[in-house]
Amino acid sequence: MPESHPNFEVPSQLEAEIDEVITHYPEKRSASLMVLHALQDHFGFLSKEAIEWAAQKLELQPINLYELVTFYPMFHEEPVGTYILKICRTLSCAVNGAHRLHHHVCERLGLDPNSHASQTTPDGRITVEYAECLASCGTAPVMMCNAAFYENVSNEKADDVIEECGNNGDTETENKEDV
Amino acid sequence: MAQEYRLILQHADEPGYTNDIECYLRHGGYEGLKKALALEPKTLEDGSVKSGPEQIRDEVRTSGVRGRGGAGFPAARKWGFINHNSGKPIYLICNADESEPGTFKDRQIIYKDPHQMLEGTIIACYANNVHLAYIYIRGEFHEGAEILNRAIREAKEKNFIGKNIQGSGYDLELYLHRGAGAYICGEETGLLESLEGKRPYPRIKPPYFPAAYGLYMCPTIVNNVETLCCLKHVMLMGGAEYAKLGTPNNTGTRIVCVSGTVKRPGYYEVEVGKVTIRELIHDFAGGLPEGRSLQAVIPGGSSAKVFRAGEKFQIKKKAGDGQETVEMDLEDLPYDFDTVVEAGSMSGSGAVMVLDDSVDMIEAIANIAEFYAHESCGQCTPCREGSLWLKKALQRLAHGRGRKEDADYILRIADNIPNGRTICAFGEATAWPVQSTVRKFREVFEARGAEDEARRARETEGAGGVGKEMDVAASSQP
Repeated sequence: MPESHPNFEVPSQLEAEIDEVITHYPEKRSASLMVLHALQDHFGFLSKEAIEWAAQKLELQPINLYELVTFYPMFHEEPVGTYILKICRTLSCAVNGAHRLHHHVCERLGLDPNSHASQTTPDGRITVEYAECLASCGTAPVMMCNAAFYENVSNEKADDVIEECGNNGDTETENKEDV
Repeated sequence: MAQEYRLILQHADEPGYTNDIECYLRHGGYEGLKKALALEPKTLEDGSVKSGPEQIRDEVRTSGVRGRGGAGFPAARKWGFINHNSGKPIYLICNADESEPGTFKDRQIIYKDPHQMLEGTIIACYANNVHLAYIYIRGEFHEGAEILNRAIREAKEKNFIGKNIQGSGYDLELYLHRGAGAYICGEETGLLESLEGKRPYPRIKPPYFPAAYGLYMCPTIVNNVETLCCLKHVMLMGGAEYAKLGTPNNTGTRIVCVSGTVKRPGYYEVEVGKVTIRELIHDFAGGLPEGRSLQAVIPGGSSAKVFRAGEKFQIKKKAGDGQETVEMDLEDLPYDFDTVVEAGSMSGSGAVMVLDDSVDMIEAIANIAEFYAHESCGQCTPCREGSLWLKKALQRLAHGRGRKEDADYILRIADNIPNGRTICAFGEATAWPVQSTVRKFREVFEARGAEDEARRARETEGAGGVGKEMDVAASSQP
């Protein structure tokens, strides 16, 4: 089950955004993914309370949303790192050094380079995980840091991205075509 | 030397070309839509009247445009399944889920020329009497979603979307919908389930063809980003003129993505069928790294059957009034829809993945199998279980724990996934790359399994003969 989030409260601006998105669809249930995205973007993960709140908003049962959270890889039931590094592991990236990159990033952050599972640094700052094809095979290897996307990532470039995660207090990173 | 023919990507990479509406309008943007909206009803000889939208559908039929998302199905025929008199609303979805490994063409359009995609979408909506449409974009395209939302806002401000578009009396609402990282949402009925707020379990066909029972059980069209972009050019050039590009039955241009072990991986827009696989690899993508030779080509995204270097194919060609069969080498195959299918694979989403002789084929196919095991939606047993077994068996072999009989074992699993055993074509996508790789590189798989067994036997002896039971247990662990 998803983790609990005491004192969960949706700020009025976020609620207004969510109400607007729901108007895009003839049936409220269709807005489920967009509502979950909005909540996760704000809170960092989808808690039991967030799912119940969304269910009420969409006039659904919590299970209708929980089954989405457990299916779609982008949703998290428990808190993850402030920064999520996703390293593409599919074929074109793999033959161009994706595993070398994952190994380097994990070693640098003190994580297990041989684990293919999602791992978070003990300070809760950075999560490293493999992702399936990110649709940029021509600039392999590629990785993402939250919403930002990085191409042709050498170990040095990865170090720069990690460095930036260490310096920014903010969860948002700027989109960069190429660091 | 083969040349690119840039139609859809004509401006995308020009210095100074930006993705806002002003720049698009300066480059002739939305002229195709204006032309479409201005078409007057035409009275035919038999007295019947052809509306503007019907005339557009005729132009698209004449153009011969085939779907660029994977199946290569003629766009006009897909539209032709729509019943315009059902009394239900008709929906259109632009499939921007771009998730087939090897494919990165829609990304170029979305990020660099989003208004072209909107223009094509609006033309398609007008042609099919659609008043509510969605763009389904994959969740990982965060910036792409922002770009498209801005583009939609701009197009609304200029009255290309909304009420009474350009004074034509036609209304259209268009919204962006984000996925959340699941490959199966690219399958059109999975996409519809996802858009309805459910798990993206594909629907069984028949009866749930989107054209008949699509979004909310209403007639629905799902078209790929690139297919929709073609429509703008069909409108501007006219269907007959567009059909002169490319080759017969394989008309127009296509953005081909070349990746893997090549010197200049990238996307290249070419006339369909006018370039060969050799030209794609060597002229466009700069060839293989020094000292390497070609080992395999995956011609249409990771779901396509693998070609082995040096393979020969019997290809039917037109000769005078009849047909003749010619033998062609893999690299001489023209890269179009029909020839690649005749050679036993498909051009799919236009993604050519090149593997040179430095790549371990067992590792490569294990990598692909892992993708499908991760992405199987889990609805059908042969696919859910089979994809996982394939992954485990191939990883075991890739990690030195293989067995002599693994080639047969893997094929037995792979052969029992496709051919109508699953609800959607994901079953085929899982099995095809594995079946083709094991059959075409059989000696590699057998030798590896035998080597592993021999080594284990030696190690067991060295350790004082632990016994056979342990050996079997060790080798059956993934």
